[in-house]
Amino acid sequence: MPLAATTILICAGGACISAGEESVKQALEKEIEKYALGDVVRVVETGCMGACSLGPLMVIYPEGVFYQKLTPQAAKKIVEEHILKGRIVKEYLYKMPTGEAVPEAVEKLPFFARQVKIATRNVGYIDPLNIEEYIARDGYFALAKVLKQMSPEQVIEEVKKSGLRGRGGAGFPTGLKWELTRKSQGDKKYIVCNADEGDPGAFMDRSVLEGDPHTILEAMAIGGFAIGANQGYIYVRAEYPLAIERLNIAISQAKEYGFLGEKIMGSDFSFHIEIRIGAGAFVCGEETALIASIEGKRGQPRVKPPYPAQSGVWGRPTVINNVETLACIPPIITKGADWFRSIGTEKSPGTKVFALAGKITNTGLVEVPMGITLKELLYEIGGGSSTGKKIKAVQTGGPSGGCIPSEYFDTPVDYESLQKLGAIMGSGGMIVMDEDDCMVDVARFFLEFTVDESCGKCTPCREGTKQMLKILDKITAGEGAEEDLQELENLATVIKDTSLCGLGQTAPNPVLSTLRYYHNEYEAHVKEKRCPSLKCKQLIRYVIDSSKCVGCTACARVCPVNAISGEVRKVHQIDNEVCIRCGSCIEVCRFGAISKVSP
Amino acid sequence: MPDLCTTGERLFKELDQYIDSIGAEPDKLISVLQKAQELFGYLSSEVQQHIAEALGIPVSQVYGVVTFYNFFSTKPKGKVQIKVCLGTACYVKGGDRVLERFLEELGTKPEEPTKDGQFSIHAVRCLGACSMAPVVLVGEKDFYGRVKPDMVPRIIDKYKEVKVQ
Amino acid sequence: MSKIKSLEDLMKIKEKALRDLQLRETDKRGKITVAMGTCGIAAGAKDTLKAIVEALNENNINDVSVVQSGCMGLCEVEPTVEVRLEGQEPVVYGHVTPENAKRIVKLHIMSSQVVTDLLVRKGEI
Repeated sequence: MPLAATTILICAGGACISAGEESVKQALEKEIEKYALGDVVRVVETGCMGACSLGPLMVIYPEGVFYQKLTPQAAKKIVEEHILKGRIVKEYLYKMPTGEAVPEAVEKLPFFARQVKIATRNVGYIDPLNIEEYIARDGYFALAKVLKQMSPEQVIEEVKKSGLRGRGGAGFPTGLKWELTRKSQGDKKYIVCNADEGDPGAFMDRSVLEGDPHTILEAMAIGGFAIGANQGYIYVRAEYPLAIERLNIAISQAKEYGFLGEKIMGSDFSFHIEIRIGAGAFVCGEETALIASIEGKRGQPRVKPPYPAQSGVWGRPTVINNVETLACIPPIITKGADWFRSIGTEKSPGTKVFALAGKITNTGLVEVPMGITLKELLYEIGGGSSTGKKIKAVQTGGPSGGCIPSEYFDTPVDYESLQKLGAIMGSGGMIVMDEDDCMVDVARFFLEFTVDESCGKCTPCREGTKQMLKILDKITAGEGAEEDLQELENLATVIKDTSLCGLGQTAPNPVLSTLRYYHNEYEAHVKEKRCPSLKCKQLIRYVIDSSKCVGCTACARVCPVNAISGEVRKVHQIDNEVCIRCGSCIEVCRFGAISKVSP
Repeated sequence: MPDLCTTGERLFKELDQYIDSIGAEPDKLISVLQKAQELFGYLSSEVQQHIAEALGIPVSQVYGVVTFYNFFSTKPKGKVQIKVCLGTACYVKGGDRVLERFLEELGTKPEEPTKDGQFSIHAVRCLGACSMAPVVLVGEKDFYGRVKPDMVPRIIDKYKEVKVQ
Repeated sequence: MSKIKSLEDLMKIKEKALRDLQLRETDKRGKITVAMGTCGIAAGAKDTLKAIVEALNENNINDVSVVQSGCMGLCEVEPTVEVRLEGQEPVVYGHVTPENAKRIVKLHIMSSQVVTDLLVRKGEI
């Protein structure tokens, strides 16, 4: 392969694709062809670079110039100016929150400076379709070290010593899991990568799979060697076709280079990986449900014990690790447990990848040392609120987690601290909410999710969550009674205590945490039939301020149900009996004359 | 229509070939169903029966799996499937209003194809592009990010003539 | 691709791949800038650039980066190349054909000798 002098890394993560990465890439390629730059400029699609809100993104090396919010026109200009003439195209440069452009190397941008990348060390940096770029960044060296210099026991000891805990949510020590599986008797054993990233709001696993698939293969081979498994499965969501495609390519490359297959690197160890595609069931993130799904059955959890370590896939000892957990394994082996322990906190060593989404300026993926405070994460790295309104809460851990109010933003992010607040670390989704978000409605939203996704096996989860949802529907419709709040708590406690699996046990968390921190909002709904955040449709009305309305008719024209009447140049009125509260009128009014009120 | 028959036969044949290639084992059920849905568009009772026989399992077991997973559908879908994400981030950013607008514009209900069979609207949980919320996915590849209700008619227009997505 | 059996095999691939990747790294001992304006490209700067990269590769030089710039305003003597080594004045060469490019790498980069017959300008502007 002839060397290209300029490499354009274009982010092909999910967010950038949806922002139009494909058309930008096509424009780039067209321009490159036009100026016959094919031999000297290489365009590489990478996995998610993490600064998703700025997408589509690209970085031009060797200079390391970072461009944001690209369009096909921008691509044309960048080729003509930057590539051909060496002039940086200022208008598309990464900008500071102050609006000032930063023509600096990627590593110096504030969004990146606070990050410590372990699990996502290669994502956005290497070409995921090129195994040699992975090798250039020490890829497969951990596997080589393990096979040439270590015994399975030593590998397990190293992982135990590192203190790595499962990044999928529960935080179970990975080394211990491996040790238990190694010690179990079985003619065959399995290692499974859980890539069924179901938490709404979390997309780090997808980013790793798309941007650095080889790290998962390497880690699984190491895990297989440690526990004595020759077969691995990657259970990945059907919603992630790009990840599946890249994993398949990576697997065939790894086979070709001899990192997968028989007698790997001249050792006696053989290891194979198969991909199993999920079919959309949130509960399959639970270990025993996932096992059932791999076996082609309904993904229903079963009683533990026996734990998968004793009886997993086809009744054989099985270890199940999450994508992000596995991505930490190769660096732990090459750099050692002590290095890993030096990052993060005593009880939660290492880093965690968070997906920042919702009403935050820098939405995207960030990897930070454990123990960083929520304030640092949301304000320094995340850039604070994107709406100009105050951040009210951050929701962590998806449907199993809770809402953390802004008063607690000094809390360090680790497994125990978040749990104390009634939330959980979960897989690392962080949805930022501002004053426009009603906490009762958020609780209702999550309950709706759990009702949909409850597998139906245990009555408390199947029926109990439904009853809770009914109550929340009543409350958000203004028909709630005070005793409903007590009833919610009772139901929540019973469901927590009597459900078999994690889904049921944590399903009430969003309700419990909002009841705890935002009791006043519940009370406003119940006692005053009022939604303080002006979100619950049945509790609000739309009104037109007669002093501001100029009678432009824009609102009347956009109203889908003709609820607005009035003559040209005269003050308009909204008929709240007809109004469906869709909000279209507010969006089109240029005079700020329309507002929502709750009695 | 005679050629529909032959199409059906051809699809069954293709499905059988796929089953042969991966091995007719009960644990392959989910993969087989995924292939069948890809071929037929949905899983009719006829298709389920066929798969049950091919894998040597009761049709009740096939039905049990089909109805358990969100990915499988027992009813036909529109030629163009529009998925509106209602994951947390999309919900917080107004994905529900985008969904409403789609349903309103097309005069249909979630999961039900429009009268002409052109579109069906599906509310889905998290497409993993949370930073671009609210997100709409048309077909398998066309992502739309930061969708506002006002953009809905334009998105629909683009696919009115599309034959197969 | 034969299967990798030993740490040495793996190391070899890494070294090769690193050479490819390192062009993206910064902190280098020096930098060769090839003028790639439309005029430069028309004069054959593309081949020049390729030749430079190849010459560096052949000689295992990985602490000198190669970058492109726009036109240096010296269209008459295109293709032009600027060589900037740590602690030395920058030097601009003209008429850098692929052959000349190899000489520049051999003499200037490897033994700090200025290739006088190609010299266009020395020192900062």
